[in-house]
Parts: sequence; C-alpha cells; structure tokens
Amino acid sequence: MSARDSILKRLRERTDGPLTAPESDYSVMGGRGWTPEQRLAHFEEKITSVHGEVIHADRSNWADALTQVLTDKGVKRLGVGREHPVAREAREALAGGAVELIDVERDIETWQREQFETLEAGLTSTRGGIAETGSLWLWPTPDEPRRLSLVPPLHIAVLDADVIEDTLFDVIASHDWANNMPTNALLISGPSKTADIEQTLAYGVHGPRELVILVRH
Amino acid sequence: MSVQTYTPQAFHRQAHDALGNPQIRANFRQAMDGLMTKRRDSFGDWDVEALRDLGASIRLRALAKLPDLLEQLEANCQANGIQVHWAQDGDEACRLIRELCEARDAKRVIKGKSMVSEEMHLNAHLEEAGIEALESDLGEYLVQLNEQTPSHIIMPAIHLNTDEISDLMHAKTGTDKTRDVDYLTAAARQQLRERFMNADVGVSGVNFAVAETGTLCLVENEGNGRMTTTVPPVHIAVTGIEKVVEHLHDVPPLYALLTRSATGQHVTTYFNMISGPRKPEEHDGPREVHLVLVDNGRSSIYQDDELLDTLRCIRCGACMNHCPVYTRVGGHTYGTTYPGPIGSILMPHLQGLEATQDLPSASSLCGACGEVCPVRIPIPDLLVRLRKEAVGEGRGNVEGAGVKRNRKEVLAWKGWQWLATHPGAWRASTSVAGKFRALTPSKLGPWTQYRTAPKPASTPLHVLVKRHRQVNRQEGES
Repeated sequence: MSARDSILKRLRERTDGPLTAPESDYSVMGGRGWTPEQRLAHFEEKITSVHGEVIHADRSNWADALTQVLTDKGVKRLGVGREHPVAREAREALAGGAVELIDVERDIETWQREQFETLEAGLTSTRGGIAETGSLWLWPTPDEPRRLSLVPPLHIAVLDADVIEDTLFDVIASHDWANNMPTNALLISGPSKTADIEQTLAYGVHGPRELVILVRH
Repeated sequence: MSVQTYTPQAFHRQAHDALGNPQIRANFRQAMDGLMTKRRDSFGDWDVEALRDLGASIRLRALAKLPDLLEQLEANCQANGIQVHWAQDGDEACRLIRELCEARDAKRVIKGKSMVSEEMHLNAHLEEAGIEALESDLGEYLVQLNEQTPSHIIMPAIHLNTDEISDLMHAKTGTDKTRDVDYLTAAARQQLRERFMNADVGVSGVNFAVAETGTLCLVENEGNGRMTTTVPPVHIAVTGIEKVVEHLHDVPPLYALLTRSATGQHVTTYFNMISGPRKPEEHDGPREVHLVLVDNGRSSIYQDDELLDTLRCIRCGACMNHCPVYTRVGGHTYGTTYPGPIGSILMPHLQGLEATQDLPSASSLCGACGEVCPVRIPIPDLLVRLRKEAVGEGRGNVEGAGVKRNRKEVLAWKGWQWLATHPGAWRASTSVAGKFRALTPSKLGPWTQYRTAPKPASTPLHVLVKRHRQVNRQEGES
C-alpha cells in the first residue's frame, strides 16, 4: 500500500470512531463598521507602527510625489512595469529624467544578478489595503512580477485610498479570493524585519529595508 | 563555543546545568517577559475569548474532516500544478526530498524556517548525500553556524545574546566584532543573497494549507520565506498532515491568533500565499512546486479522542513563552525538536515515552500554557494524561506506556489505599508510627533535597480530636 493510502486508511479507521465537526462563529472577524476616514486612519497608524512610510498624494499629480521620493532616497535605478496604469503614468512622468527605468517584464533568468545587485527600488501597484492590520495586498502579474516588491532595498507601493477595506476577512469575501486565487497572493505590512538578534528590531534583513506607500486620493 | 548534544533522556542533568548558567537564564527571562507583555497588549481591541473559540473550532473541524480535506487539498494542489507527495515518517520524507534534489542534480538547497524539517533531521540527511542545506531565517542561520538546534520554535536563536552572536559571526564569517545589530543583520543579508542566487532548490514549511483552493500559506517577517519560495527554480514545501484547513476564510482568524500569540505582532511583514508554480506568461517564481505531506506519528495521535487535541496546534510558541519551567531551563534542556509544553505533549508520540518520560513531568501544572493557547489545547490535561500513560495507568496507546511504572511505588499506594479505608488498621498504624517517630529517615531522595522530611506526629490527629471533644463535653456538663 502506498504511503498515501496507508495514512488515509489510518485516519479513516480511527480507533475512537468518527469525529463531529463543531460549528464556527465568525462574528468576531467582521462588522468593524468604519467610515472611509477611520479606515484610512487605522491603515496609516498600523503600517506606520511597523516602519512603513505613508505619503499622501493627489491622484492627478501623484507622480510628482513619486519623483520627490526617488530624489529624497537618491534612487538612480527603478524597476517598473509597463502595462498597469500606475507603471504607465510613472514612466511618463520619469521619462528623460535622472532615474533609469529598468524593465521588469523579462524572464528572471536573464537578469538575476542584475536585479539582486543593481536595482535600487521597485515600484508596484497594489490591489487594495487592509485597515485593521495596515497591510497592502498584491497579486503579482507578468507586468509586475513577485520579486519587484522583494529584492530591491526600497519598495514603493501605490495605493488608492478608496480601496482600503476593514479586514483581511472582508477582502477575501468581497473579492471572492476562494474562486480566483493567483499563483501568488501577498500581504505586505511594512519593510522586511527581524528580531532574531536578542530581540532587537532590525530592518531589511532579506527583503526591502524601506517601504513607502503612496496613498492616492 | 563548544558543541553540546542534548537528549530528552538527560533532561534532569541538562535542567540542572541550565539553571546554573546565569547567561541562559538571563537571555530567556528577558525575552519571555517581553513576549508575554507584547502578547497581552496586542489583543487590545479584540474579544480574545471569542477569537480563541473560533480558532479552536476551525482546527477541530479540520481534524474532524482530516482525511477528506487532505484528499481535497491534494486534488486542488494538483489542479494548480503543485506536485503532492506523502511520507509516513521522517525518513521517508527525507528520502523523497533527497530524490527530488538528485533527480534535478541539485547540490545547493536553501531553506526557510520549517520545524517539520527539524523534526525529521532533513539537513543532516541531505548533507550525508552531498547536498548542502543552508538555513536562511536569520535565527536559524545563526543556530546552524553555531552547530546547534533551535531553542524556541519561533525564535530559534533566543538563547544567544548579541555578544555571543557577534563572536560567532566573527569566527565563522569574518565580520567585525560589534554590538551593532544593524551591521550584523546587513552582513547576514549580504552573505545570504549570494546563496539565494545560487540555490538549486528552496525548501520551506507551511503554516496553513488550504484545502478548498490548494493554497500554501507562509507567515514571516524577514522575507527569506518569500526568497526561498520565489528565487530557486524548484520549491519544496514540507508540512505535517495536520496543518490543513478547510476554507480560505478559516485563515484570517488563525493568522490573527498566530502573530499575536507568537510575538505580540498585530500582523507579520509578509503573508505569502502560494497556489502554484510559475505560469508560462510569468517572469519569476519557481518552475516546480512540490508539497510533501508528512505523517510521522500524527495519525497515531489522531486515533485517541483526548490526545487528538495535540494536533490542533498552530505552532505559535505562546505556551513556552508563558511556561515557568521553559523560561528557567531554556529550550535546549528538553533535548527535543519542540521544547516547552507543546513539546512535552507532542514529543512522547514522536519518540516514545521511554525516551521522553521526564517531559510530561517537567511542568508545575500551573495552567498558564492552557490559558494562553490560541486554539484552546488543554495542555495541562494532556500532560496529566501522558504522566498516567508513563506509569501504566492510561489507555496504553502511547509507545512506551508504562515505562515509568515502579512496582514499589504501586505497592506503596495500594497499601496506603487499604489502610485509609480500614479505620482500625489505620489507627493502629498511626499510633505505632507515632511511637517510633524518631526512627523515620530524614533523607527521602529528591523530595528532601529542598524540604524537611515529614515525621509522624507523636499523637495522631484522630486522637487529638477525640480528646478535644471529650474536654468540650465535660465543660458543657459542668
């Protein structure tokens, strides 16, 4: 008998007989009932508390805020997609400027070392935000691959204020994740961190040292 | 630093040594005090008892439907392109993973944190086959550099302080000696990035495996888990069969409980949900994703209605953070993969009671572990049950049951029971004991190490009460 069949057989022929599943009451997970202002305030408080940097911008000229961040952080090489409106607008605004725009929609095998060693920042869109925990949720695409938010030392994420929802529980339900899961779904709440050396917090241990969230209104 | 091997058989000696080591005691005390405070504060706005009820019900439901959910998980993973493998024990799982590596001519494996892989000694197995297995979680990396095993399931290097880590990294990797944690962290980042780039296979654990979607969820702060599951061309996830949950919406409550119970965080930096390998149109991510489902004793625990609760565990470590014994003796003292209260109720099933007979007794039964457990595992009850099994008073369905049974002790209790239920004999014996009280020994083994030996009273309590009543009666009559 295969390992699979013996394990399943043992589980099915349980000595103490079949088990009854208890009911689950999920009411504690929902019903936050926050207004959009409260939602935004929660989001900002939580993500700032874990070292995320929130910058508010107007939807019409958010790219100016982006340019300012890049200047302030001294970024010379920015990884950015091509198709998403965020990427398109960013490319337009930064064209011909001091920041070199790096194509990311290439098979990673062709530029692995380049990405690890020379990319200074990655710009991504986000699908939404979660107020309760101060989280961004991303479904990486061919246009904005998974490593764009992971490998460079700075991750700049663009979030629209009106797509912040109360909880992860709400997000999973309202976007029907159960029937739409992508190969990789991500929640990001702050920059990479560790406390493995005597409980002392340090940022950027493997992923980005800094996370900037451009919130568009 | 010297390499020491710890075993559960030597628990008493190891506990004695740890208690005499002020460094170990200080490191753990400080860390555990901080974690307890942070946990309490992090549940601030929540109805924590309702959330624990929900967490417990989700885990119990998953266990009630376990074989069906495992089949559903397998089918959905396969539909998503994840290859699923089953292993009855740790050796079989190691062999499976080694064969996957060998078939791809993989020589370098990078690992995310996985307690199951520790449980089955995967690193040693791969090294023997000439495959390098490198830990990438900072704590695990340090512990591996130090040729040790984790002393805590969430914070593997909690037993080391900054000076010890600075010395270790200096000796093994040539970094400067410094107490600058940012410098040490940045150095480790640099050292490990090269290894991620060159890794042939990434091995990770799984926090929750979602049956309805075929999704593997990984909880982490560092990003090494994302690196491990994204950078190498092959990702192998390894997990115990009990980690499955039924629905995707079962995940948010467990995740909320896990981060707060483990480290007092309201959320971790990353929550990584993997539902398949790289698609043709995608530009990064692994070409292959494998899931290895490991039984290793879990289906035996599953047979018994009471012991079953052991399998609810979501591996948060809150029970050890709150355990007065763990805090004083540290994680290595237990000599097992999982230390602390959860280890004491889990390891007897994985290694048998003969090797682990002292662990269920390594508790004051103060109840703190049960009070903080996010999924309400009745840990103290399970400790008592395993004590019973160890002395042969249980159901006898744990390997090594009865190993601690001592005929003299059994006889002594039987005798006491007989005396206590026969008043005449009891009175006679207490009266005799009182007369010869000078002859009772003052040393009674470990009991009298820190206590004075009890001596029978010269006049038994029964006699005193009788006299007292007589005096009262006479006074009432006069």
